[in-house]
Amino acid sequence: MLSIKNLKVSIEDKLILKGLNLEVKEGEIHAIMGPNGTGKSTLAWVIAGRNDFTVEQGEVTYMGKNLLDIPPEARSKEGIFLGFQYPVEIPGVSMTNFMRTAINEKRKHLDLKPLSGAEFLKLMEEKKKLVKIQSKLTDRSVNEGFSGGEKKKNEIFQMALLEPKLAILDETDSGLDIDALKVVANGVNMLRRKDNATIIITHYQRLLDYIIPDFVHVLFDGMIVKSGGKELAFELEEKGYEWIKNKSE
Amino acid sequence: MQNNNNKLIDKFTRDEYKYGFYTDIQTDTASKGLSEDTVRFIWAKKKEPDFMLDFRLKAFRHWQKMKEPTWAHIKYNPIDYQDMIYYAAPRKKPQYENLDQVDPELLETFNKLGIPLEEQKQLAGIAVDAVMDSVSITTTYKKKLAEKGIIFSSFSEALQNHPELVREHIASVVPYTDNFFAALNSAVFSDGSFVYIPKGVKCPIELSTYFRINAANTGQFERTLIVAGEDSYVSYLEGCTAPMRSENQLHAAVVEIIAQKNAEVKYSTVQNWWPGDKKGKGGVFNFVTKRGICKGDNAKISWTQVETGSAITWKYPSLILKGNNTTGEFFSVAVTNNMQQADTGTKMIHLGKNSRSTIISKGISAGNSNNSYRGLVKMSKEAANSRNFSQCDSLLLGNRSGAHTFPYIDVQNKSSVAEHEATTSKISEDQLFYCLQRGIDMENAIGLIVNGYAKDVLNKLPMEFAVEAQNLLSVSLEGSVG
Ligand SMILES: Nc1ncnc2c1ncn2[C@@H]1O[C@H](COP(=O)(O)OP(=O)(O)OP(=O)(O)O)[C@@H](O)[C@H]1O
Ligand SMILES: [Mg+2]
Repeated sequence: MLSIKNLKVSIEDKLILKGLNLEVKEGEIHAIMGPNGTGKSTLAWVIAGRNDFTVEQGEVTYMGKNLLDIPPEARSKEGIFLGFQYPVEIPGVSMTNFMRTAINEKRKHLDLKPLSGAEFLKLMEEKKKLVKIQSKLTDRSVNEGFSGGEKKKNEIFQMALLEPKLAILDETDSGLDIDALKVVANGVNMLRRKDNATIIITHYQRLLDYIIPDFVHVLFDGMIVKSGGKELAFELEEKGYEWIKNKSE
Repeated sequence: MQNNNNKLIDKFTRDEYKYGFYTDIQTDTASKGLSEDTVRFIWAKKKEPDFMLDFRLKAFRHWQKMKEPTWAHIKYNPIDYQDMIYYAAPRKKPQYENLDQVDPELLETFNKLGIPLEEQKQLAGIAVDAVMDSVSITTTYKKKLAEKGIIFSSFSEALQNHPELVREHIASVVPYTDNFFAALNSAVFSDGSFVYIPKGVKCPIELSTYFRINAANTGQFERTLIVAGEDSYVSYLEGCTAPMRSENQLHAAVVEIIAQKNAEVKYSTVQNWWPGDKKGKGGVFNFVTKRGICKGDNAKISWTQVETGSAITWKYPSLILKGNNTTGEFFSVAVTNNMQQADTGTKMIHLGKNSRSTIISKGISAGNSNNSYRGLVKMSKEAANSRNFSQCDSLLLGNRSGAHTFPYIDVQNKSSVAEHEATTSKISEDQLFYCLQRGIDMENAIGLIVNGYAKDVLNKLPMEFAVEAQNLLSVSLEGSVG
């Protein structure tokens, strides 16, 4: 589904990703771990199509197409979803209006009729139940005044509405209490299908107690330096990144 | 992101003016230039009562002694007042009975503009008094309103049918000596609207007037007078679009509102005159004087405006809060783009005790435009326990536009308080990317964000207008970004 080969990415002449390789297949869950500032969010943004980065080298293929040629809004409509590490506030724009616009843009792309107000509200109620989000949140402006945890839950809610093929969750578990963590994990598990995939960027092994990854990768200094199964997360938790660092040197 | 932004800004700047079409209706025009003869010509053409000639001539003589104001944050080439035509009227005299009798070409124009003259809109409860080129063409619902004693007609008709009412109130809020453009308007205004709501009457429908400039080289001088008697209520809507043309058009309207004891008047405008091309050529010069007075105790007047058009906007809908416990409100969204310039705001003059005023101004500037808020809040010695709250926000799109705020506050008594808050923000790249990532393209994203930003004002518009205004904001800012 997603194939990244020798990806080198810079921002403001600073090389951040330095030859990254990653293969994600349908039905898989990948976890990416790694120290602060090593390029995890950069990877997520490049996949989602933020264009303040310069791709110096390498290729990214998604569903058989050159992903780097596709504008960000089209990537979204083709099924790529990014759960932001820091979701942004959009004052005055109601969640309902925002997500209805998003859904209908996607439906237009898929040659489907737009959802009426009533149909959309019904869909929203279903998804709210699915991810156990409080109804109050959707009456408010996008992320405005949401607590840190509420913002993260709101990302999962949006993911549930958009039903992506490839979801990238950038530290969606950070700053969550244990109940919220379960909401997030539950959301991911509920939305898991044979034909979609999830990349989870996280610092904590505890999320992986609830979402069982097929692969764990360590991103270090712009490259994936180690990949393994679920056990790798435990090893990292125990030994810290120094262990990898020493090994990779 | 930056590259993308620039591309979109460019695209935006190239967008054609949506309502840029021109209707060829033969006009009956005055000769070019302005003199006492022009003033007499207009007066005679309109068969006005004698007092009007006196009024117009006094205004004209006063205007000759005045200088064009220069204090606003706007720049333009000098206007040649002798190079304009001051009167134009459609040649085919319209019949007022029903739509079938109206010039089909005119109806076509109205349809293109989306002016709700059709049956459905009437059923929706809107009486439309459409003004095209200075002469009122069609008035609907007049009978129904007449039953309640409400007068809603063109200014000319009012001068024929209710000269004493007009005489009593005209220039009582905006004297012809008030300013250069008000004096000019008083001398040469050709038509406009007149509204009278008798004591105790709540006007059952929204009164709506559409204005449109339509003859090349013709200045547009409209005059509106709204009188709301004791305990009455009226909501009045005015909206306009203008056809594309290359030469500048001067528009100097005067609006006066009088609210007697316990009366409430809501005045809403969507202004979408031709803004000129991307280089700033053409476009309407919009120098408007709007003022209301809350004359009696407990009276209330609200101005709500959505300003998206005109090359230059010079407009300060103001209120004199004369009675005790009176309320004044000003809600404004002003969008400027390309080379547009807007200097707009309000004056709240508190004279009565316990008077209240609220100002919410949302400026949005894109392209190379300049957008200024200019406001005065004045509380006299007598206006004890008065309150004002002002919120003036500016939103910038791109790096080449300007936003300015000029708030003046003058509180002359100890028990009154004026509060002023101001913010300037940009649409952030993070906000735009968040929308893009959800599959919402740049134009839709800007539409959403801008409408969200302006929501507090748009919410004040009557439903019917709010939807139009939302569309207008999105259209006006198509392709423009932070
Ligand atoms: N706009 C920018 N200008 C300069 N450097 C940047 C910019 N954006 C990111 N970087 C740098 O790129 C590097 C990678 O950042 P990134 O956000 O991808 O790290 P991360 O692995 O997600 O870290 P964390 O675990 O803290 O979220 C950092 O050193 C960061 O400072
Ligand atoms: Mg990060």
